[in-house]
Amino acid sequence: MSIFKKLLALNANRKSAKVARERLQIVVSHQRSEGGDAEFLPKLRHELLTVICKYVKVDKDQVNVQLQRMNNCSVLELNITLPASELEQGYEQVRIL
Amino acid sequence: MTKLESKIIVVTSGKGGVGKTTTSAALGAELANRGYKTVVVDFDIGLRNLDLIMGCERRVIFDFVNVIQGDANLNQALIKDKRSENLFILPASQTRDKDALTTEGVEKVLMELQKEFSFIVCDSPAGIERGALMALYFADEAVVVTNPEVSSVRDSDRIIGVLNSRTKRAEQGSEVKKHLLITRYAHNRAQRGEMLSVEDVQEILAIPLLGVIPESTAVLNASNQGIPVTLGGPSDAKEAYRNAIAFLLGETVETTSQKGWKKLLGGLRLFNRSPV
Ligand SMILES: Nc1ncnc2c1ncn2[C@@H]1O[C@H](COP(=O)(O)OP(=O)(O)OP(=O)(O)O)[C@@H](O)[C@H]1O
Ligand SMILES: [Mg+2]
Repeated sequence: MSIFKKLLALNANRKSAKVARERLQIVVSHQRSEGGDAEFLPKLRHELLTVICKYVKVDKDQVNVQLQRMNNCSVLELNITLPASELEQGYEQVRIL
Repeated sequence: MTKLESKIIVVTSGKGGVGKTTTSAALGAELANRGYKTVVVDFDIGLRNLDLIMGCERRVIFDFVNVIQGDANLNQALIKDKRSENLFILPASQTRDKDALTTEGVEKVLMELQKEFSFIVCDSPAGIERGALMALYFADEAVVVTNPEVSSVRDSDRIIGVLNSRTKRAEQGSEVKKHLLITRYAHNRAQRGEMLSVEDVQEILAIPLLGVIPESTAVLNASNQGIPVTLGGPSDAKEAYRNAIAFLLGETVETTSQKGWKKLLGGLRLFNRSPV
C-alpha cells in the first residue's frame, strides 16, 4: 500500500465514529417510531382503567390491551371482563376492536 | 444498621457480553461496603456466572429456581460473601428450563428479599426473553450497560423501550428510573473519532448518564481471582465504578478521572440515601 493509501485508510478510521453515530440515529428513530414495544400501551391501559372504574367496578387484572401488527395495519384490541354483580346476566365480556 | 426501604435495581443491556455481570458484582460489593445490606441475584438461568465473578462458585448448593420451586428456602440458597458482611448472592440454577422463572415465583422471592435487604441487584441475562424480562419486571431502577459500539447502543435502545413498557411500574402508570453506564470505554480512541464518544452515546439513548467505566485490564484480573472490581486493589475501573455508585447514591463526587465528565454529570442527583 502506498503511503497515500495508508493515510486515506487512517483518515477513514478516524471518521468512523461519525458514521456510526449517523447510522445509529436513523436506526434508533426507526425502532422507536415502529413502537417496537408500543410504549404508550401501559399508559393507555392505566388511563382506560381509570375511566372504566368511574362507571363500573372492574378488577385491575381484567383489563387487557393488546396491539397486534398485521401485514399493513395494526389492531388495537381491548378486552374487559366485567364482574358478575355488575351485570344481571352474569359474566360478560366487552370487546372493542 | 437498620434496614431502609428496599430498592430493586436491574443491571441490563440487551446485548450480551457488555459487562452486566461485572457491573452487578461491582455494584453489589460497593453498596455492601458502604454499609447497605445487599443481595445480588443472578437471573441468567442455565448460564450462571455471577458466582464465579464473585468468587463463591464452590459454595453453591441451592439456587434461585430451587427456592421458587420450594425445594429449598431462601436462607439455604443465599450465599454470604466472606469479605463483606453485608453482601449476599442468590445464584442462578444451571437447569435448562427457562420457564422455571415464573412471575409469581420471582415476585415471591423478591418480596422476601425486600424484608431483609436494602438493595436487591438483579443481574440480567442478555436478550429480551424470559430471563431478561423477569429480571427487569419488578425493578425500581435500571442500570443500562452500554459499550460505545453500534450494536450495543441499538440493543440498549430496545431495552429502554422494554423498561418503559413491560415493567410492573409501567403497568401501574409510573416509571422505572433509568441510568446509563458506559463501559469498556477507550477515551483516546473516542477522542480520535474512532469510537463513539460518551456524548454520542448519551445523545442517542437520551437517558441520564451514571458513569463511564474505562476499558481496563483490572477487570479481567479481578474476574480471574473471583473478586468484584470494587473489592480489588486500586485501579481505574475500580475508581470509575466507585464514582458511578456514589453518584447513584446521590453523593456529589469529583475526582481527576471524572473531570472530563463533570459537565455532563453536574447537577445530576439520582437518589438520596445515606447510611444509617
Ligand atoms: N471495563 C472493562 N474493561 C475490560 N474488560 C471488560 C470490562 N467490562 C467487562 N469486561 C470483560 O467483558 C467480558 C464480558 O463481561 P461480563 O460477563 O460482565 O458481561 P455480561 O454483560 O454479563 O455478559 P452476558 O451477556 O454473557 O451475561 C468479560 O470477559 C469481562 O472481563
Ligand atoms: Mg452476565
